[in-house]
Amino acid sequence: MTAAPKQNAEDYLRMYRQMVKIRTFEDNANQLYLDAKMPGLTHMYSGEEAVAVGICEALEVTDKITSTHRGHGHCVAKGAAFKEMFCELLGKEEGYCRGKGGSMHIADQLNGNLGANAIVGGSMGIATGSALRAKMLGQSDVTVCFFGDGATAQGLMYEVMNMAALWKLPVIYACENNGYSEYTRTDEIAAGEITARADAFGIEAFRVDGQDVLAVNALTRDLVARCRKGDGPFFVELETYRYHGHHVGDISRTYYRSKEEEADWKANRDPITLFADWLVNEGVATKAELEALSEAIRAEAAEAVAYALEAPYPDGSEVSMHVYLEAS
Amino acid sequence: MRSITLSQAVNEAIAEEMRRDETVFLIGEDVAEAGTPFKVTSGLVEEFGTGRVIDTPIAEPGFTGLAVGAAMTGARPIVDLMFGDFLFLVMDQLCNQAAKAHYMSGGKLNVPMVLRTNLGATRRSAAQHSQSLHALVAHIPGLKVAMPSSAYEAKGLMKTAIRDNNPVVIFEDKLMYQDKAPVPEGEFLIPFGEANILREGRDVTLIGTSSMRQVCEAAAEMLAGDGISAEVIDPRTIVPLDEATILESVKKTSRAIVVDEGHQNFGTTAEIAARISEKAFYHLDAPVIRMGAMDVPVPFSPALEDLTVPTPEKVAETARRIVAGELIHAL
Repeated sequence: MTAAPKQNAEDYLRMYRQMVKIRTFEDNANQLYLDAKMPGLTHMYSGEEAVAVGICEALEVTDKITSTHRGHGHCVAKGAAFKEMFCELLGKEEGYCRGKGGSMHIADQLNGNLGANAIVGGSMGIATGSALRAKMLGQSDVTVCFFGDGATAQGLMYEVMNMAALWKLPVIYACENNGYSEYTRTDEIAAGEITARADAFGIEAFRVDGQDVLAVNALTRDLVARCRKGDGPFFVELETYRYHGHHVGDISRTYYRSKEEEADWKANRDPITLFADWLVNEGVATKAELEALSEAIRAEAAEAVAYALEAPYPDGSEVSMHVYLEAS
Repeated sequence: MRSITLSQAVNEAIAEEMRRDETVFLIGEDVAEAGTPFKVTSGLVEEFGTGRVIDTPIAEPGFTGLAVGAAMTGARPIVDLMFGDFLFLVMDQLCNQAAKAHYMSGGKLNVPMVLRTNLGATRRSAAQHSQSLHALVAHIPGLKVAMPSSAYEAKGLMKTAIRDNNPVVIFEDKLMYQDKAPVPEGEFLIPFGEANILREGRDVTLIGTSSMRQVCEAAAEMLAGDGISAEVIDPRTIVPLDEATILESVKKTSRAIVVDEGHQNFGTTAEIAARISEKAFYHLDAPVIRMGAMDVPVPFSPALEDLTVPTPEKVAETARRIVAGELIHAL
């Protein structure tokens, strides 16, 4: 682990709590799917927690993010609440999107989350446009664009990175390289180095261990500060791993990756275990304290799930609401 | 009242709204010093600077995507899409992102952006610079679609579009940029969803969008010489569509021809004709006739291209036949 950018235990423990919240959220979401209680499918973020938390803990609430189909982690890390998230996953009225978006479209604009996006690479324009707006209107916020390695194959990325570089926009492109583009190894779909794509536009690019929350956080804090001074954009490749398949239904996946590989990441590179060990070794918390923290989060999640399961669906009259915004 | 060109009208509308609201900006290919190939935006960069009149690389999906993000976070972009044909390039950003953000977020997000582009054949520009693709976007819930038919509408609808809280696509007829019409000096807006009755008549209703309004007006003039009284309606916006005005007219005349420059198959003419047939069926004395562009890619040769679009002569001839009670099904 790298040197700590934040100097007090409270910050570390908040990071840890956020990571555990994401894992716990996903465990519950997966169980809802297995129990056939969740409509549709969802894409698990488990294994990638240090990326979302390391980055979002470097942001202010006014900073913006755009997210992906694998977006629950970004959503929690940017401050969303369990209850409204579970309600959304179940299509309930009290969900963040009143049940209209579901797992792949949660937006939480009050916390700066401009929404998950079900088109791979689809939010790159939105993130860059948010940064253009900030620069144009003299606002100091920074936008982080989360996307996966698979999205680097989309043409939109190159169009908007070109403009972001030309106009020095305050945007950070955060490429979560989890090694797989849906059901295909990334080295089969991406020629050359991922960071070389940014180099081509003169965008300063970094590669960081995405399982090391402190390393991710330290780098992001630095880049966010530089963005605010007008030094953007930046590109970060975060090496990480998704524990589940492409989505919750992707159970039999040995044709594209081995069980040994999955077991190795979980045993040796789990971001929560690594951070817990560091917290204990540094004397920030005891194992018992961390376990108590996790237990409290599990209870919170159980309560939110129970609430969401009982919560009402939106009234049928809502089906034609929100097509257009008519009030000024 | 003074007369100005459609091009000047659009320019004035944008300039007035940029003066009124500092969050309004213009973005697209060659919109600044070049003023676009049609010179519609000339002079704006001198007044508002390159920070708000932004020349982009040739990257339509990219700059349309930027506009979506800027709109979602508090700005009001006007995207200049040089040719309507390039809509195919921006469909994901326009139809999957801009159109759906408000709904998918349960009302949390909204995208107040304008995408101004053009339509219209007979400019001898062949199949990739001549299409009229408004039906394509009118099909997508969440988008509004305006089709100005003169300089007056071009100004009033553009100002309304810029102030609208939703994504609006405006189609200007690229052959009308130099056409003049009376436009008031003072500020005015034209509300969306209010059709304009340009000429009252008893025998047949001619509904014409964009420059097809002029085609319908010319046809009505010809018909008047034959003693046929045609009513001419310009919907002005097709989303929202002023169905009430159209239905009221057809209930009076009992006959309707819908004229539009988009392809006829699955097009704007079909949608309007279907609504008339469904909702004014018992008032009809003849089948509702669609007159769209031919269902062929737009050809280059003038000898061929001119055959593909509705003309006043064709509209008048069709009107004569249905007013005469001719069996029209073989059209």
